[in-house]
Amino acid sequence: MRDHFEDLARAAGELLRGGESFDLGLAAEESDFVRLSRGAVRQAGTVTQRTLTVDLAEGRRHAAGTLTLSGDLAADRARLADLMLELREQRAALPEDPWLLHPDEVSSSERTLAGRLPERAEALERLREAGEGRDLVGLYAAGPVHVGFASSRGQRCWFTQASFNLDWSFYLDGDRAVKASYAGLDWRPQELARKVADATRQLEALARPTRRLAPGRYHVALAPDAVAELLGLLGWGGFSLRALRTKTSPLVRMADEDERLHPAVTLVEDTAAGLAPDFQEQGFRRPPRVPLIERGVWRGSLVSPRSAAEFGAACNGASADEAPRSLDMAAGDVPSNELVRRLGTGILVSNLHYLNYSDRVQCRATGMTRFACFQVEGGEVVAPIGVLRFDDTIYRMLGRNLAGLTAERETILDPLTYGGRSVASMRVPGALIADVAFTL
Amino acid sequence: MSPSLDSLARRFAAVAPRAGFWSLRAVEERNDHLAVRRGIVQPPRTGLDLGVMVTVTADGGIGYAATCDVSDAGLRRAGEQARAWAASSGRNGLVDHSCIARIACEPVRGTYASIVRRPWGETSLADKVDLLREQCARLKRDERIVDWSSALWRTESTTVLVTSTGSDIRQTFHCVLPMLSATAAANGESVTRSFGGHHQARQGGLEVLDDTGFTGAAPRIAEQALELLAAPDCPTATQDLLLAPDQMILQIHESIGHPLELDRILGDERNYAGTSFVTPDMFGTYRYGSELLNVIFDPTREGQLASYAFDDDGTRAERTWIIRDGILLRPLGGALSQARAGLPGVANARANGWSRPPIDRMANLNLEPGTSSFADMVRAVERGVYMESNCSWSIDDSRNKFQFGCEWARLIEHGELRHVVKKPNYRGVSASFWRSLAMVGDPSTVEMLGTPFCGKGEPNQVIRVGHASPACLFRGVETFGGA
Repeated sequence: MRDHFEDLARAAGELLRGGESFDLGLAAEESDFVRLSRGAVRQAGTVTQRTLTVDLAEGRRHAAGTLTLSGDLAADRARLADLMLELREQRAALPEDPWLLHPDEVSSSERTLAGRLPERAEALERLREAGEGRDLVGLYAAGPVHVGFASSRGQRCWFTQASFNLDWSFYLDGDRAVKASYAGLDWRPQELARKVADATRQLEALARPTRRLAPGRYHVALAPDAVAELLGLLGWGGFSLRALRTKTSPLVRMADEDERLHPAVTLVEDTAAGLAPDFQEQGFRRPPRVPLIERGVWRGSLVSPRSAAEFGAACNGASADEAPRSLDMAAGDVPSNELVRRLGTGILVSNLHYLNYSDRVQCRATGMTRFACFQVEGGEVVAPIGVLRFDDTIYRMLGRNLAGLTAERETILDPLTYGGRSVASMRVPGALIADVAFTL
Repeated sequence: MSPSLDSLARRFAAVAPRAGFWSLRAVEERNDHLAVRRGIVQPPRTGLDLGVMVTVTADGGIGYAATCDVSDAGLRRAGEQARAWAASSGRNGLVDHSCIARIACEPVRGTYASIVRRPWGETSLADKVDLLREQCARLKRDERIVDWSSALWRTESTTVLVTSTGSDIRQTFHCVLPMLSATAAANGESVTRSFGGHHQARQGGLEVLDDTGFTGAAPRIAEQALELLAAPDCPTATQDLLLAPDQMILQIHESIGHPLELDRILGDERNYAGTSFVTPDMFGTYRYGSELLNVIFDPTREGQLASYAFDDDGTRAERTWIIRDGILLRPLGGALSQARAGLPGVANARANGWSRPPIDRMANLNLEPGTSSFADMVRAVERGVYMESNCSWSIDDSRNKFQFGCEWARLIEHGELRHVVKKPNYRGVSASFWRSLAMVGDPSTVEMLGTPFCGKGEPNQVIRVGHASPACLFRGVETFGGA
């Protein structure tokens, strides 16, 4: 794939006219998808997809296009030539773009994250074992993902991640279920077996009669997956410079009014420790670490090249959406195995679901509990609960009402596959929060 | 659209695997996105997509392979991969495909094409950019407008579905989505008012701009953004709620459409999108809403976003009652789901492109008009809120407990519309909410809308769905405003 991309970059160079320049981006994957339901295979297949994005510029005039690649050089070169011709025609109808920005330096990079993926037969057999006698539902995805960048200025960046992600649930009945995942670069059947056994044990705790709690305020212990859901919502415009400057960021009060979170909250875009490329679509390199919130205080935002030009800031390698790809939340000092005891009386939340904003500018969020959530009394799990809706501000939940973060953290590989398999990840602790408002 | 799809189908037939059944679904799509933000023309983006999905049924199993390698070798490889997946999955398959009635086993032939009155190419790129610049400029009416943009997104896609049993279906879709947005900010507050961002998509050509009112909307959007900035919060109360069509479609989508998808009811979505509070035994008897609630699955409606003649399994599409006089009649499930559940369904096995397999989706799901004028409904409210334009959506995994927020609202007091309130939200439970439906707007209140952003499935798929609805009045709903 890399050679093919290099060949197309050469072809693009040969197709340039006059003072033109190009940026090329590649996104490719060959993924096995096995969809499981009720412990059996619902749909299984392979997806081979490769797209090439061309941004063709002359001075500050430019237009961009994306095409799928067949893998045949002659055919792809011909399609690239046609697309460049069309982009050239489009460009003639456009004014100059004052927000176009290229990297000051030609900075090439290469990053390969690859371990040992299972053979298909091995994966299917392990999935069959995991589902045997259990109501397993979920998705196994595996294979290489490639991201490339090339420019007419000579820059070359390449990223390969060969990974697997088994994201599943064991269901007891109705909506009573335990969510689990096994994802990474090195497939270890024993590790999967351990996670299956852990999830099976958790499922047993769900067998007790479900309690329906009334709306009200409850102390809450959030498992790392639930914390990741909260941070995922914040990532939706929260750290974006464009959103901050246009007053649409849910964290605008932190940036503009010195609103603070709890001193235990430190958030960093940690490309060095994450699993995403260290470059973005226009070839800007991502620094190893971008501090966002430090000890509860706003430190900085994610800045794409267009925002950098628009607002006179320095680009720090953010993609166009200015959302984190490798978010790291600092650990606290609560041992994970102490979380329930420290909670005392309240709700243990394994997962949150379908989060959104009730009041974006005040960072008030709502969402549902999901999967294995329990009522806790006297530091002991006493019963599973029916789903509840929370509706509270992040400034309260991760601010004055935050009672602690766990000392241990989990690395969560994003299982989303919209358009292609995500290479984002997050490292997060669990959390203890006092008095969260539940409304339904 | 290139003629390559014809030759592609012929070439695959020559290299197709020897198997019980195969299908080839080839998709070619072009999309264009034009935008102007804060007066600056954004670089146009063009997408050219071409690929195939091969599905093979053999040895009791089913497998697929999707590829953008459409060479003879690539097609042969895809066939072999799909054949291998069928063999391996058959040993632990959820469905015994050798026993179940095979989808599209009877040859089906047909075509479909969106009706386009003004083709996208009728005006030049420069003219379209000028139009967007003009609309964008009309949004910047005040210094308090801190972000403003106009955009057009259009797609043209052709799908060819051929099978080993002789089916041959060709469908071409043209869609246009116009968008406007204005954010006003002052004194630590900010509000956004939009046009079409999520819901004004239709099939057709440039006539969609006039049909949806895009070209006249900018001043109103900007004025309403400024109006919201100075408005008080929506009050916290249990009161009547009058929903405009552009919020009704979200309500229909989330708390009727998704819970009635048969693959959710069968459990396939439980790990991601969720399950459903609806169970198979409810069909035919369950009172979903008041007797004013009438919902129709209608992929035959001209110009609506998710209209088609056949779904992606090759099932012929028909207009079908889903809820009649408040009683739940049938789920939204395609041929395979119908066979698995032993229930009737609709033609809604759909994929969002060549790289994903078909699953049960909504297509066009419409709420039928009633007999009340908008003025009648306002007059019938002693104390309530009228809300427009969804901006926040959240619902539980069984599609029951929901909370939705809107961009713009007005209080209703003593049968009259009063002042504007900001950050209007409401919450409820699907199973009881629809029973509080008290009045349904007449045809003069109906809007035909659609969104290209419905997400679901593992692997994930975003697909186009259409909804048409009148304004509707609900009694005794919990409403509230900002923090």
